[in-house]
Amino acid sequence: MKIGTPKEVINGEARVAMTPDSARQLQKLGYDCAIESGAGQLAGFSDATYEAAGVEVIKTAAALWKASDIIAKVRQPNEAELKRLNSKKTLISFFNPGGNEEGLELAKSKGASVVAMEMVPRISRAQKMDALSSMANIAGYRAVIEAGNNFGRFFTGQITAAGKVPPAKVLVVGAGVAGLAAIGTSTSLGAITLAFDVRPEVAEQVESMGAEFVYLDFEEDQADGAATGGYASVSSPEFREAQLAKFRELAPEVDIVITTALIPNREAPELWTEDMVQAMKPGSVIVDLAAEKGGNCKLTMMDEKIVTDNGVTIIGYTDFPSRMAAQASTLYATNIRHMMTDLTPEKDGQINHNMEDDVIRGATVTHGGEITFPPPPPKVAAIAAKPKEVVPELTPEEKRAEEVAAFKAATKQQVTLLAVGGALLLAVGLVAPASFMQHFIVFVLSVFIGFQVIWGVAHSLHTPLMAVTNAISSIIILGALMQIGSGSFLVILLAALSVFMAGINIFGGFLVTRRMLAMFQKS
Amino acid sequence: MEYGFTTAAYVVAAVLFILSLGGLSGQESAKRAVWYGIVGMALAVFATLVGPGSGLWLLSILLIAGGGAIGYQLATRVQMTQMPELVAAMHSLVGLAAVFVGVIAHVELGRVLAMDAEQKQALEGFAKLLAKKDGVEVSILRVELFLGIFIGAVTFTGSVVAYGKLAGKLTSAATKLPGGHMLNAGAGALSLISLIWYFNTGGLLPLALMTLAALFIGYHLIMGIGGADMPVVVSMLNSYSGWAAAAIGFSLGNDLLIVVGALVGSSGAILSYIMCKAMNRSFISVILGGFGGTTGPQMEVEGEQVAIDADGVATALEEADSVIIIPGYGMAVAQAQQNVAELTRRLRAKGKNVRFAIHPVAGRLPGHMNVLLAEAKVPYDIVMEMDEINEDFPETDVAIVIGSNDIVNPAAQEDPNSPIAGMPVLECWKAKQVFVSKRGQGTGYSGIENPLFFKENTRMFYGDAKASLDQLLTLIQ
Repeated sequence: MKIGTPKEVINGEARVAMTPDSARQLQKLGYDCAIESGAGQLAGFSDATYEAAGVEVIKTAAALWKASDIIAKVRQPNEAELKRLNSKKTLISFFNPGGNEEGLELAKSKGASVVAMEMVPRISRAQKMDALSSMANIAGYRAVIEAGNNFGRFFTGQITAAGKVPPAKVLVVGAGVAGLAAIGTSTSLGAITLAFDVRPEVAEQVESMGAEFVYLDFEEDQADGAATGGYASVSSPEFREAQLAKFRELAPEVDIVITTALIPNREAPELWTEDMVQAMKPGSVIVDLAAEKGGNCKLTMMDEKIVTDNGVTIIGYTDFPSRMAAQASTLYATNIRHMMTDLTPEKDGQINHNMEDDVIRGATVTHGGEITFPPPPPKVAAIAAKPKEVVPELTPEEKRAEEVAAFKAATKQQVTLLAVGGALLLAVGLVAPASFMQHFIVFVLSVFIGFQVIWGVAHSLHTPLMAVTNAISSIIILGALMQIGSGSFLVILLAALSVFMAGINIFGGFLVTRRMLAMFQKS
Repeated sequence: MEYGFTTAAYVVAAVLFILSLGGLSGQESAKRAVWYGIVGMALAVFATLVGPGSGLWLLSILLIAGGGAIGYQLATRVQMTQMPELVAAMHSLVGLAAVFVGVIAHVELGRVLAMDAEQKQALEGFAKLLAKKDGVEVSILRVELFLGIFIGAVTFTGSVVAYGKLAGKLTSAATKLPGGHMLNAGAGALSLISLIWYFNTGGLLPLALMTLAALFIGYHLIMGIGGADMPVVVSMLNSYSGWAAAAIGFSLGNDLLIVVGALVGSSGAILSYIMCKAMNRSFISVILGGFGGTTGPQMEVEGEQVAIDADGVATALEEADSVIIIPGYGMAVAQAQQNVAELTRRLRAKGKNVRFAIHPVAGRLPGHMNVLLAEAKVPYDIVMEMDEINEDFPETDVAIVIGSNDIVNPAAQEDPNSPIAGMPVLECWKAKQVFVSKRGQGTGYSGIENPLFFKENTRMFYGDAKASLDQLLTLIQ
């Protein structure tokens, strides 16, 4: 069978779905490859390089669509392109099936099989053909580069002979693939990078990329992305409020904001409101990667760069991957090639459209004259499917709440103890004579001091502590000394024995302690 | 009081004792702290000799000097590994002294009460103090000295038994007479009855009865506690000796005795508490002896113990970057601390990160391992407590267990039916490789099988700890 790639028809699209490298790999699967003349031009692949890789170069689009059994392209096909399909052809492309009903109907009426690249399920096995991720990766990287291009200062802080330069502060909203790529690029350029996501479980990933995760002061369970195939879902109004409040707080201090928040099949949520834009410093840059779906900032103009009255640049480009066409084409072509590998288990150049296969089933939107979108949920759980029962990381607020609770409990316990102790003391005082109470107070205070002091003793010094307390417990010698001169022979004998034993203890105890302590030394 | 100077000296001495204990918070300040204690004691004895205790001062000084000479001999000759025995033995002396002092107080009290007013006028010293007491005060005095004798007697026999066990002269296993706890309870009840009897009559018989009962309690209680619980026992006896001194202080009306007794008493109590917490057991269950009852069958241990020779251990150590050594009582028994220290020095000289992980109840005395390692000149800043180091095991290449067992037993975490379930342990099995230096295949003091020895990353390095390390040292230069 023949795989053909036409030139992208949308203006400004520089990517191409086949590269000379991917063509070589496809040929190993038994396919013939064809390309429309000039298709790779904008991505830096000339017709000659394709020919050198054994690809047939076809002059016109019409001829290519006619000659090919499988058409691989990048952008969603237009009506004219879809009309060229027939029941023997398979189209592999981005298709936007959720918002492209006419396209689906047309493809169905033609009886063609359409594989939509954005529908590849997010399971481990399918990662190699996850074109959304590979494009998002590029978009994240490019977003930082575009921001830097429009930002008048260094990313990294520097102390130079000409003065001190503070580092730029970058906030990345949404830590999906694009967000993480943006975080990685931004931190490696040296900026202080903050990141936020509604899924608290990505905090670890964010921190692993070197950014600081922005926690919210919010009690409710934050949405767990594992339940929705690793994508964010819609959050509650209260949560949204907390989130906006946090952003408002951050707005005056950040220099660059990169928003990447998208919810599958919905308009992008508004996260960066007009007043936040107003609060930003002049010269700040906002890159809105959600511009295609309406933007995370309502001021964003799709495909445009604007500068607000207070000097904030807002970039709403939607063609970041296309702006890096060579890189994007390489990755996309590889995704396509992996898809073909799965579609060709026998490596015989014949498509085996196995609708039992989770990945193929999920990505196929029309097949055999029927619309097969939306697909049933995949049998294999999503990548993030290991539910973490462990509390991820307490936010500072939760920690404080815990500390306060612990403090309250400790206070309560202490007050109870004091009350009980005080009552007991009073009860004793009621019956005991004053001379006894005098000593009793000394006793209670000493116990108290003992408790306070001993807690501070280092664990490694517990043995010396025992030796020294042993030595000073021979203070009992005082009792014997007081009695020795008083009365009968029996008294003198017993007292003398006591003095003698205590004497052993005093010298022995202190000496041993000294010996031990002398041994402790630092390296 | 007539002895203004003595009281002043007592205040200074009390402050010095408090500073002395407080100074033990760090290794450096501890060296100064001992001197505070020594000066405090000297001051206290001196002030007593010139004040209320001036009766037979020459005899007193001679006796102190004689005792001091013996104490000096003991302290300089004792091996660091025998430290637990020594401490226990010295506790018994304090206990016995407390008993004697209490008995004297009783004898004198009887004599003074029998006198008429004129004779009382002529009394001197201690008896004069007693003569001033009125009816209620005498009753309280009786309770105080009764308590002093009781605690002192328990401390005395308890310490003697603890000494015997620690020195290996008595079996370290928990043994009880038939009747078990009932005997203790009976003796306790007898003491209580004696107290009421003595309180009313002041006779010698109830006092003697109680003393015998207390001596028995001390003996039987400590006999019933296994060797592994000795750290708790020793610090508990330490605490008792303090309370005995405090009780005697009450009966003699001596504030310094009360202060110091209370300090020592609370210090021992806290140490016992720390030890018990480290074993996740209640103080009561330790004191009543033996390990707590199990609720179900223990987990079966699967796998086999794989032995390794010195060559294998040496190779692994040469390749490792980070090493954690976990010493236990076995190291103390084999006197292997010098070899361990030498091994540490050599490995550190090769640039490896060698540290020690000390479990709070390792050894037979609180802080026992620290003292042994310090004696062998292991720098104390690489000796870590359990909480400080437990998280580092997963990044550690080699963990070496030398003569410890229960404190590295994973069953404490994995098997809810294990008698030591819930006890905090050193998680050495998380290290990439574990070597266990052990004499044979037997179980530890608690008699529990240790699944650590059967883990895949564990190798058993059989033999006497010292001999094994000698062998290892010839291979690692």
